[in-house]
Amino acid sequence: MSTANQATSQHPTPPYFTGADVGASRTKVAVIDADGHMVGYCVNRSGTDFTATADRCLAEALAMADIGKDRIVRTISTGYGRNNVSYAHDHRTEISCHGKGCYHYFPFAITIIDIGGQDNKIIKIDENGRRTAFKMNRKCAAGTGAFLEEMSPRLDIPLSEMNGLAAASTDMVKLGSFCTVFSATEVLENIRRGKRVEDIVKGLFFSVISRITEMDAFTEKVVMTGGVVAHNPYLVEMTHELISRPILVPELPQFTGALGAALYARETYMN
Amino acid sequence: MTEEKKIKLKRLESSKVLGKFMADYYYELDNAAKTGERKIAWCTSVGPAEILRAMGFLVYFPETHSAMLGSSRMATELIPKANAVGYSPDICSYLTADVGAYLEKVSPLSKIFEGIQGPPKPDVLVFNTNQCRDVQDWFNFYGEEYDVPVVGVHSYVGVQEVEDAHVKSIARQMEDLIPPLTHIIGNTLDMDRFKETVALSRECSDLWKQVLDTAAAVPSPLTFFDGTTLMGAAVVGRGTQRANDCYRTLLAELNQRIADKEGAIEDEQFRIYWDGMPVWGRLSAHAKLFASLKTNVLASTYCNSWIFSALDPDDPFNSMARAYTELFIVRADAPKEAYIRNMLEFFKVDGIIYHDAKTCPNNSNCRYGMPQRIERQSGIPSLTINGDLNDLRLISDEQTKTNVEAFIEQLAENK
Repeated sequence: MSTANQATSQHPTPPYFTGADVGASRTKVAVIDADGHMVGYCVNRSGTDFTATADRCLAEALAMADIGKDRIVRTISTGYGRNNVSYAHDHRTEISCHGKGCYHYFPFAITIIDIGGQDNKIIKIDENGRRTAFKMNRKCAAGTGAFLEEMSPRLDIPLSEMNGLAAASTDMVKLGSFCTVFSATEVLENIRRGKRVEDIVKGLFFSVISRITEMDAFTEKVVMTGGVVAHNPYLVEMTHELISRPILVPELPQFTGALGAALYARETYMN
Repeated sequence: MTEEKKIKLKRLESSKVLGKFMADYYYELDNAAKTGERKIAWCTSVGPAEILRAMGFLVYFPETHSAMLGSSRMATELIPKANAVGYSPDICSYLTADVGAYLEKVSPLSKIFEGIQGPPKPDVLVFNTNQCRDVQDWFNFYGEEYDVPVVGVHSYVGVQEVEDAHVKSIARQMEDLIPPLTHIIGNTLDMDRFKETVALSRECSDLWKQVLDTAAAVPSPLTFFDGTTLMGAAVVGRGTQRANDCYRTLLAELNQRIADKEGAIEDEQFRIYWDGMPVWGRLSAHAKLFASLKTNVLASTYCNSWIFSALDPDDPFNSMARAYTELFIVRADAPKEAYIRNMLEFFKVDGIIYHDAKTCPNNSNCRYGMPQRIERQSGIPSLTINGDLNDLRLISDEQTKTNVEAFIEQLAENK
């Protein structure tokens, strides 16, 4: 195996690597250097033209890193739109990439909870960084970012305010249903009963966590990632209370998939 | 841009022989229904077909029709028609697709076989609940519609060990079928012919087992997806000489592939065991998905369900009772798990995929902790995919693809 320095010496200028995570909701691009440090990143709504969005994210990430596109020697794409990234050399699933990205931050046995826009993942990584198991949610958006996106207009509040509202709750409303549609009905019923919005929002957060904790048992240290976690830190606090163990959150929880993809790009380039 | 590989699936030459067998089978049934020359019994796929055949009935299996509704992707449009008359979307989508097709007067048979309008009208319906209770409800619907008798065998469920008491009870129920069947067809059961039919059925079972066992070779000459269509003769033709001849032809071709070290897919890297029903509407898509990942899904609980090694022509009733009770689907989890562990070893399997079919709880073995137990015991990792045998509304292709690709990535990283 080559070292980062060897790789650097093969190039007149140090090489960089990109990971492009085209998710159902957001596209994330991470640029790393040969030592695995993230030097540029960008997130945008995926929209309807995945290729254009991935291009735009790359341009912004490169601008942040202050390097030209010619310095990128290898790109791995991931996420639902992994086949739509024009500059990708190869692709891997988001399961592998989230695992890789998280282990980079936390190099010991971990259970990862990733809450994405359209799906949730539980990924188990052993102490050597090998994935031993994973699960995705069933064909149902309950417990995903899409659930909260669906609920925010029902409550007539912006998504960005949900975290603060949930944190201000004093008497959480319990929502019993598995189903997003039925949960919406329950929310309406609670509005009719005069329940406070803060308490309903906390109930929605609890519903998200419940759907996830039902997916698997948590036996290791737990890491939480994903856009929902990035924008709703109170969700992490609630998970901590529910599963009674500390939760680790990487510095940029929305970018672990993109980072993992970039790390795969670096690894496969050097090998 | 990374491009998805175009995969061309290999085809077995002898699949044409099996295809001809199925065509002749349906034309014979159609002719009988139109002319009234032969009586027709509808039978569940692991029902007492040998008795019916020995008595002179032509035997039609509605489940094969449902599988065709699934593979032709007609089912998803038809299931709501059955839902509308009271058959829930949560029950067997074989049943709901088939009833929907009946209500809409459509059939894949008419698209495949020129001149055939649909399933042949039954003179009697004969079930065995060894698979599930739904088959009885399914047959009762047709019994009422066609105004013909419905008779059957009520089997046990969750059987730990098959005891003599089980066998005696089921055998007695099978014997009790003879008087009503005699009344319908006008002749009684000739024991010599019955024994001969059971002997042919046992031979069919043995040949089918040999066919499936060729997948133990590395690389495997056969895929599960091949098996789901090749098994047609074992389902509808067991007890006939011609089905056995078809399997001899197939077996010779598979053995030749083994001798030539020719795999069913190019560059086989990973070997997978499939538990549960196929997703009929995605057979080709799944076959291509796995082939693109250099992965052969090569063995399954499902295709092995038409192996009846207990059949004994010298003791036809008792051996049929035993054979149809020893089936995987009838058993408790402990014997099921022992069975799967043996399969994993015999077929040199790297991973297991459980298909959790929404409308088929009896054939979804991942709901009571089995994947976790087998993984602990064998060390072989597993993946559960959510889907359905026939109702494509219950399937997320993208999730399935991501799950499967991630699973193969995991196997590759840990190899």
